[in-house]
Amino acid sequence: MKNPYLPLPMRIEKITVETEDRSLRTFSLSFLNRADAEAFGFVPGQFAEVHVFGQGEAPFGIASSPLVRDRVEFTVNRIPGGVVTTALHNAREGDIVGLRGPLGNGYPVQEFEGKDVVIIGGGFAFTTLRSLTWYILANRERFGKLTVLYGAREPGLLLYKDELAAWQKRDDLELILTVDRGREGWQGKVGVVPAILKEAAPSAANAYAVVCGPPIMIRFTLPVLQELGFPPERVIMSLEMRMKCGLGMCGRCNIGHKYVCKDGPVFTLAELSELPAEY
Amino acid sequence: MIIRKERVNDFLNGLRAGYRLYAPVQTQAGPVFAPVNGATGWSWPAGNTLKSAKEVFLPQTETLFTYRTSLDGVQVEEARVEGRVVLLGVRPCDARSLTMLDKVFAGEGVRDPYYTARRENTVVLGLACNEPCGTCFCTSLGGSPFGTAGCDLLWVDLGDRYLVRVLTDRGKALVEGRPEFAPAGDADLAAARELEEGALGRMGTVPVQGVKEKLDRLFADPLWDRVYEKCLGCGTCTYLCPTCHCFDLTDEVIDGLGVRLRTWDACMYPLFTLHASGHNPRPTQKERFRQRIMHKFKYFVDNFRETACVGCGRCIRYCPVNIDIRAVLAEISAG
Repeated sequence: MKNPYLPLPMRIEKITVETEDRSLRTFSLSFLNRADAEAFGFVPGQFAEVHVFGQGEAPFGIASSPLVRDRVEFTVNRIPGGVVTTALHNAREGDIVGLRGPLGNGYPVQEFEGKDVVIIGGGFAFTTLRSLTWYILANRERFGKLTVLYGAREPGLLLYKDELAAWQKRDDLELILTVDRGREGWQGKVGVVPAILKEAAPSAANAYAVVCGPPIMIRFTLPVLQELGFPPERVIMSLEMRMKCGLGMCGRCNIGHKYVCKDGPVFTLAELSELPAEY
Repeated sequence: MIIRKERVNDFLNGLRAGYRLYAPVQTQAGPVFAPVNGATGWSWPAGNTLKSAKEVFLPQTETLFTYRTSLDGVQVEEARVEGRVVLLGVRPCDARSLTMLDKVFAGEGVRDPYYTARRENTVVLGLACNEPCGTCFCTSLGGSPFGTAGCDLLWVDLGDRYLVRVLTDRGKALVEGRPEFAPAGDADLAAARELEEGALGRMGTVPVQGVKEKLDRLFADPLWDRVYEKCLGCGTCTYLCPTCHCFDLTDEVIDGLGVRLRTWDACMYPLFTLHASGHNPRPTQKERFRQRIMHKFKYFVDNFRETACVGCGRCIRYCPVNIDIRAVLAEISAG
């Protein structure tokens, strides 16, 4: 029997400071064992437990494209008092960490095929949405129109700035960037994500919306999606919960009878409305 | 089969060649299951053990693996589960709880290798309850003081001898051909039946009919504002509960050796669900108390079509503020 508690050994190949406040870094991990790299495959929206040896494990959404097979990337926010996030931020390129995963269900990308996809992200929750965007771009002909709306408080807090700049130049996706407060030279929108979504008004006919962001953004974005005509079955969300095992055993991430680690983290709005609002 | 009490020691000593024995051992706090050397140092429990038999399969603390890191990588060494075990004196409620834990740790989907190995390696020797305790209510939840679920053998105390019911091949292998056992006669079976009827007659009952259906619509009910109020959040109920199985995973480093530990944890603690951000989906004891009841009587039923309570009564006996789950169930049932 394969032991699901054992970590795969990984090396931190590259650390990228993402934001001006330096609180977000992207860790690009490579597999120490070639066999692990070959066996590792995932769906955008899945997550993994990153093990900082001697400190502990924490779950992070996989931020890289599933088509990149030799690296796995995680963008980690340094949380004051967070043991693992602090340890990761103190780590250096070349350090060895562990990885357990992929875990969870991931976005229903097969259902998206033949449909328009509207990706709506806020702040540092854009990580698995980046993975999803790359996945769709790599299989572009299988999907309809792709709209990516991504907002942050200010331009310096946007993740993956080089990639966003490259996406701006492409004609096979519509990228809308917005910030709460602009600054000189800012060429995107100014305004909160729900307001910009309303203005952009993507068609809900034959479309899925994928929403990931801070609770306040979610709260005001859902009514806009409803107004635009997105049925709850086609509004996709990803939840965060405190987790340990990631296998549906340790008991801390359940919402009603569902386990976020095993039955999620991706749920439709319709599924969530059936569960107690205990998240 | 029948074994006379004076022959039990011979039987156990004979087992020692092939098995490690676990049995109820008296401690200052009460009897708990622990390794024993054959016939001495333990006793059949009067009533039930303080902690349930779950800790033989899911220890309160266990090492999952150890590791040493270097510049080039990490050497991981998986903890090995010890060999074959005979677990003596498990009450039917505790034995039945193992069939529920099996659904979580050894069911469909990903299996827990440590729990699964211990289950596969362990022969469960049950002991029927001739004298149920005042807090017992197993029959209300589908169990019985003479129940056999989860047991490989069930022993019934007939005074100077035990009637031994052989329930599985694994149980059969333990007693087959052993000279200490003799075939049971009609009088033995009649005596056991009489004891069983007596025990059933003295068993307390709790109205649990329809509790699941009630709970389906009681999540936001004001009932929870009342029933949790006395709760201190000490977690004793969860630690002693044979079906509670929540755990934590942590790292310790001792002299450069990393140890990945699993320890019992509990939904009654505020830190259990606290996010690093400070957000807590179950911010007060009310939500945590509700979670415990909901998990046993609704969520587990939703997932596995079975109630995750065996009616052992430990949470009633040992709650420091006398919260009685029977009263909570009665209130839900009436609600």
